[in-house]
Amino acid sequence: MAMTIHVDVVSAEESIYSGLAEFVVLPGEAGELGILPGHMPLMTRIKAGTVRLKLPNQDAEELFFVAGGMLEVQPNRVTVLADTAIRGKDLDEAKALDAKKRAEEAMASRSSEMDYVRAQAELAEAIAQLSAIQKLRRRSH
Amino acid sequence: MASGKEIRTKILSVQNTRKITKAMEMVAASKMRKAQERMKAARPYGDKIRRIAANLSRANSEYKHPFLVKNDKVANAGLIVITTDKGLCGGLNTNVLRLALGRIKDWDAAGVKNVSVGCVGNKGLGFMQRLGANVVSKVTGLGDTPHLEKLIGPVKVLLDAFSAGELDVVFIAYTRFVNTMKQEPVLEQLLPLSGEQLQDEQAHSWDYLYEPDSKAVVDELLVRYVEALVYQSVAENMASEQSARMVAMKAASDNAGTVIKDLQLIYNKTRQAAITKEIAEIVGGAAAV
Repeated sequence: MAMTIHVDVVSAEESIYSGLAEFVVLPGEAGELGILPGHMPLMTRIKAGTVRLKLPNQDAEELFFVAGGMLEVQPNRVTVLADTAIRGKDLDEAKALDAKKRAEEAMASRSSEMDYVRAQAELAEAIAQLSAIQKLRRRSH
Repeated sequence: MASGKEIRTKILSVQNTRKITKAMEMVAASKMRKAQERMKAARPYGDKIRRIAANLSRANSEYKHPFLVKNDKVANAGLIVITTDKGLCGGLNTNVLRLALGRIKDWDAAGVKNVSVGCVGNKGLGFMQRLGANVVSKVTGLGDTPHLEKLIGPVKVLLDAFSAGELDVVFIAYTRFVNTMKQEPVLEQLLPLSGEQLQDEQAHSWDYLYEPDSKAVVDELLVRYVEALVYQSVAENMASEQSARMVAMKAASDNAGTVIKDLQLIYNKTRQAAITKEIAEIVGGAAAV
């Protein structure tokens, strides 16, 4: 039997593949990477592209599309941390700026001082209401 | 005593309310299952990335990332508050906001001058605005499915501030999903990454080959790790939201049922009284003739 290596392909939102493979091909940042069992420990970024797995005892290859991510290789284990969104420094920066801008807009009407007393009163009121409702409920049963 | 018609109208209106709460309960129940599945689906990624981060922090890399460096003195703090967008889910948001407020007060007492807040969800944003906190980033309208894409920006604002040394510590407040009946608000330290989180029993000290170089790879990995932690919290918060809403709406439907029963009793009594009165009048009239 041919040597195999354990491969996990996961994204933040779901687990995409977990199992054995004889050979893995990934779109590495510096070019296509082919990983065989016993590869030396490697840590790199991968680009958007296709991950190809040669499964044991099967002619057909398993294919996954990834939008980029990270790759970790240990001698008997390959982990692909796939991104769910296309990432890029500029793209991320734009998202951060957008979030900041919207927060600033929302903050335009804020009062200057932290108003703990009022906030606490507000929360206390909400909690009192909830417990009152609970008590009423218990009594009605 | 209220007239028969008034009570009838009241009963109808409570019945309508019960219809709505019943529908909301069922919607929340079906969404809850999906939200729990999504929460579980996010776990493998978190486990994998934690293991890799643990390997990395142990591997003797010459580069020490700012996320791993502890600050003894805290002068500026960051807080990510995860709440729901919509209400009608019991004390869920109130409890987590109370926890967050307590933390902010403690910081204030300990001489932390600036607290930057990142808000995920409408309820927390509204509260922080009223409180007058310094909201530096926000994201609302996440819908029923948490998407990492929407979280990248708001989280990055705080991560960047931390990397730049503007923040010394970043906490995250959210509601942890225990089971359908129980959700608990938690407040955890996000940055700097604590050593315990990165402990791993099957310790292997790999000397990695980095491509292009260790700094770029570690930077990117740790940012993803923090994002995965935030994503997991948001997914847990959503599962908590749906179950809390389901329980709250079930209670509301039950309450409506009790109210209807009581009103029905009053209605029957008044009707009976009216009939008795009429008979008495007729009998009285007949006797007079």
